[in-house]
Amino acid sequence: MKFIKIEDCYKTYKNGVTATAGLNLEIDKGEFVFIIGATGCGKSTLIKMLYREEKPTKGKVIVGGIDVAKLRNSKVYKLRRKLGIVFQDFKLLPKLNVYDNVAYPLTSMGLKNKEIKPRVIKALDLVGLKEKMRSYPNELSAGMQQRVCIARAMVNGPKLLICDEPTGNLDPETSKEIMEVLNQINQELGTTIVMVTHDKDIVNRMKKRVILLDNGVLASDEMKGKYKVNESV
Amino acid sequence: MRAFRILIRSINDGIRSVFKNFSLSMASIICSTITLILVAVAMVISANVDNFTKEIEQDLTIVAFVDNQATSDDVENIKNELSQINNIDQSQTIYKSKVEIKDEMRAESNIFDAVMGQWSDEDNPLKDTFQIKVKDIEKIKETAEEIQNINNISTVKYGEGMVDQMVNAFKWIERIAYGAVIALILVTIFLIINTIKLTIFSRQREIGIMRLVGSSNFVIKTPFIIEGMFLGLLGSIIPILLIVFGYTYFYDFSSGYIFTPLIQLIKPFPFIYYASIIVALIGIIVGMIGSASASKKYLKV
Ligand SMILES: Nc1ncnc2c1ncn2[C@@H]1O[C@H](COP(=O)(O)OP(=O)(O)O)[C@@H](O)[C@H]1O
Ligand SMILES: [Mg+2]
Repeated sequence: MKFIKIEDCYKTYKNGVTATAGLNLEIDKGEFVFIIGATGCGKSTLIKMLYREEKPTKGKVIVGGIDVAKLRNSKVYKLRRKLGIVFQDFKLLPKLNVYDNVAYPLTSMGLKNKEIKPRVIKALDLVGLKEKMRSYPNELSAGMQQRVCIARAMVNGPKLLICDEPTGNLDPETSKEIMEVLNQINQELGTTIVMVTHDKDIVNRMKKRVILLDNGVLASDEMKGKYKVNESV
Repeated sequence: MRAFRILIRSINDGIRSVFKNFSLSMASIICSTITLILVAVAMVISANVDNFTKEIEQDLTIVAFVDNQATSDDVENIKNELSQINNIDQSQTIYKSKVEIKDEMRAESNIFDAVMGQWSDEDNPLKDTFQIKVKDIEKIKETAEEIQNINNISTVKYGEGMVDQMVNAFKWIERIAYGAVIALILVTIFLIINTIKLTIFSRQREIGIMRLVGSSNFVIKTPFIIEGMFLGLLGSIIPILLIVFGYTYFYDFSSGYIFTPLIQLIKPFPFIYYASIIVALIGIIVGMIGSASASKKYLKV
């Protein structure tokens, strides 16, 4: 049983736009996968289906044994607790400080403060931000905010980390740092990482599996791949 | 235990939200204050009306006079017919012959004794009477008419007039108060729905983030529901003060009755405590209904 299995997956939005058209894809536990492709080719849609922000119109999406399409709205939180998500725009809660932001997934699970604290410290350690615990998101640089976001995604020890253009808002130097953190997570914790990106340098440097989408279908899938430019770019 | 901790955290968040959006919360608080003041007034009136109508009911007696020429068979017949009338509290019906009445009256005063001592049974202008109590005071008029229609009953008397009208007037006041209360409760619910709706809208982004990092509906909704309940509770503060101090003052000021000592007010203790608890509960429940329906409507799963 593959960790992530996507079978003949179609997604057509209400406005009639078809974002994925018959995708087939398998990802193993512990892999680091880049998803690339021109803007609008369906990258975000694909990973949104992994965390059930979108439901496939047709076909199967299985994540860690959970059939995402069959998951009821009221049970989606159970899936989300098993994975971490990192966004391009960070999505931190502005009224909470760094500690509380990272703690939030655990707080909302109703864990004891005593159980929460060591896990938050560990997650902040992972991204090297322990000393910024009491700061608020708007007091931090973009790179730091993204690390907080990663710490929050990792705080519950997920098997899967989903990243949608995590370096999209960062300068090359900061992007590099973020990629180091992600690589460390993948190498040391064995966390599966699925990352959408536009960043050619990152993809070429990391030498990971690269999946190229084109208009909602798989254009290529290579181990130790390079960033490819397809016709629409 | 987890649910309990989530609840505690929700209470914390819900209460904080009331103060964070205080100007918005104020409208709901003021409205529930006004509503609950009316609830309190209506409750005090209705409890008192219930109380003294019950007392009056106990005291109110219909007196039916038997025709002079009625025979003892006729009296038996009257008794029979009286026992058929539903609204009569049969156990309390008392029959007194004119002789008994004469004796009672003579015992009561020397003047009566002097005058009535002269009367033989034939001269006795008094009449045999039935003293009758009713079960439902609101139907006393109909019951009196039914008794009047029995053969050999000449006249029927009861505390018509004042008492009757007063009971009626208070029942009307009670009804109007209830109507106003229901209307105001609806307005308050509507306002609380609106407050919670605006809070939800202003926190749409945060709620989206919470969902993305795995918050269940329970975690997301509970703070809003607590917020509504807290708004209702805050609205009950002034009404409760009004009951506790206002009613006690009014009771002392009116020496415990209104218009006539016949209409006794309920003693303030422990009445004001029960009334306060009920007002607070109504506030909380109204707030909960408002916030629950707002979060059901605007917090789409
Ligand atoms: N919520 C939505 N409703 C309608 N159309 C959408 C929605 N999200 C994305 N799309 C459309 O689906 C296509 C794929 O979008 P997306 O998956 O975001 O592409 P990418 O992330 O590769 O740029 C685009 O044409 C986009 O306009
Ligand atoms: Mg995208």
